[in-house]
Amino acid sequence: MKSVEYPSRYAVRKRYAQRVAFWLFRFFSLFIAFILFAILGFIIYKGAGVLSWDFLTKAPSDGMTSGGIFPAIVGTLCLMAGSAVVAFPIGIMSGIYMSEFASKGWVVKFIRLMTNNLSGVPSIVFGLFGMALFVKYLNFGDSILAGSLTLGMLSLPLVIRTTEEALKDIPDSMREGSLALGASKLQTIWRVILPMGMPRIITGLILSLGRVSGETAPILFTCAAYFFPQLPTSIFDQCMALPYHLYVLSTSGTDMAAQQPIAYGTALVLIVIILIINLLSGALRRYFENRLK
Amino acid sequence: MKIEVKDIDFYYGSFHALKNISMGIEQNKVVAFIGPSGCGKSTFLRLFNRMNDLIPDTRLTGQILIDGKDVYAPKVEVDVLRKEIGMVFQRPNPFPMSIFENVAYGLRVNGVKDKVFIAQRVEETLRGAALWDEVKDKLKASAYALSGGQQQRLCIARAMAVSPSVLLMDEPASALDPISTAKVEELIRELRKELTIIIVTHNMQQAARVSDKTAFFYMGEMVEYDDTKVIFTHPRKTETQNYITGRFG
Repeated sequence: MKSVEYPSRYAVRKRYAQRVAFWLFRFFSLFIAFILFAILGFIIYKGAGVLSWDFLTKAPSDGMTSGGIFPAIVGTLCLMAGSAVVAFPIGIMSGIYMSEFASKGWVVKFIRLMTNNLSGVPSIVFGLFGMALFVKYLNFGDSILAGSLTLGMLSLPLVIRTTEEALKDIPDSMREGSLALGASKLQTIWRVILPMGMPRIITGLILSLGRVSGETAPILFTCAAYFFPQLPTSIFDQCMALPYHLYVLSTSGTDMAAQQPIAYGTALVLIVIILIINLLSGALRRYFENRLK
Repeated sequence: MKIEVKDIDFYYGSFHALKNISMGIEQNKVVAFIGPSGCGKSTFLRLFNRMNDLIPDTRLTGQILIDGKDVYAPKVEVDVLRKEIGMVFQRPNPFPMSIFENVAYGLRVNGVKDKVFIAQRVEETLRGAALWDEVKDKLKASAYALSGGQQQRLCIARAMAVSPSVLLMDEPASALDPISTAKVEELIRELRKELTIIIVTHNMQQAARVSDKTAFFYMGEMVEYDDTKVIFTHPRKTETQNYITGRFG
């Protein structure tokens, strides 16, 4: 039998290559953290100075060169709530349908294709469409209603996808176990499948809220007010919003230099809100997971 | 006859999974289905409570009568049928709920609201599944806190809670350790007094221990169906002989 000569010290070379690769992977992973810290650090450095109780609770004044951003905070919270009302029920029901009811036929393929394409539509196009449909055609005007509907449409694909994927990962043995006891499909979904999918669905919902809170383009033509210091009193009012306020402060106004710190302060508040939302999502997910244990 | 099967043929797409099967099953008997993997025994079992309805692109001809009624008749409500024909699966599949709620589940989804009755029934069936003493102090604890063997007995209790007249068991002990297996087998012998049981098993000793009659399946056909004693001592067909003596499968 022919014998082969093994290269000498090959094990050492393998170990060496492995170590290099490992450090490369670790370096690039840490790089992500570095980017986040860089952005955060920069915003805190520039924006922390203007933060004060008044900044959070007062309306802008003196041509937006002083005062606070309270109306923009309230506006953003209103839009998040409004888009949730629009997107959560529709998105969750569609996700359930896609995972539990639709067989593998062309209907599902079609809906999935549309969902994927919807999530690829640039947000400014949503804004344009929202203006045409809600603001003009349905005559809602520039309003929280129109803005919420537009943002809701924008977040639908994410809600549908996370719901569908959360439910799909639940083993069929759970469905069979329930059906075998005489439960209907709807009972099975309501009592077993949905509670099991809840931790992941909640995560998806909250991430969509985070996305909505930071969107500027969709509300540009549908809702956002340049300056609206009083608080909105109905869903047909316009409102200010943090990302748009940030945009306004950085691009136009009476005194750009004086506005700049306020812009960074606004950015800081926006980021903190999103971070809080993400932490909340983790906490809620753990809560729902514990209920399943 | 509690159950009558007449000329069953079953297809997954174009695959002919069950070929011309007819058999009768008497009330309060335990019938074991044995045979190598892929022989169709589990597929056959899942026909009795129409579990195969969930699989797309399947086709069935022939009849299954339970208490003289055609299981596949158009007017049959599948929910009602499945309450009547209970099922226990290969892997324990308790729901992510408390032990109590697992057993109460079948009652609740069938519209029972009477709390006193539900509590009674839960205790009764947990006792019946020889689980009561182990769980009576932690009924509110999650079912996932139980061991695999306990979970499987919980699933049996869960199936029994809605008072089925037939219990289908799909390799109910194959994921369990020997002690838990012995407990489940003991349970099967007890339950026979109350209902008719069909059990699919890979384990021939198990079939010999628990069943009154045994059917041997091979390549979608029911090769032989007879008293368990006969099958394991004087099988008529050489395939059966070969299988039970371990020459293949």
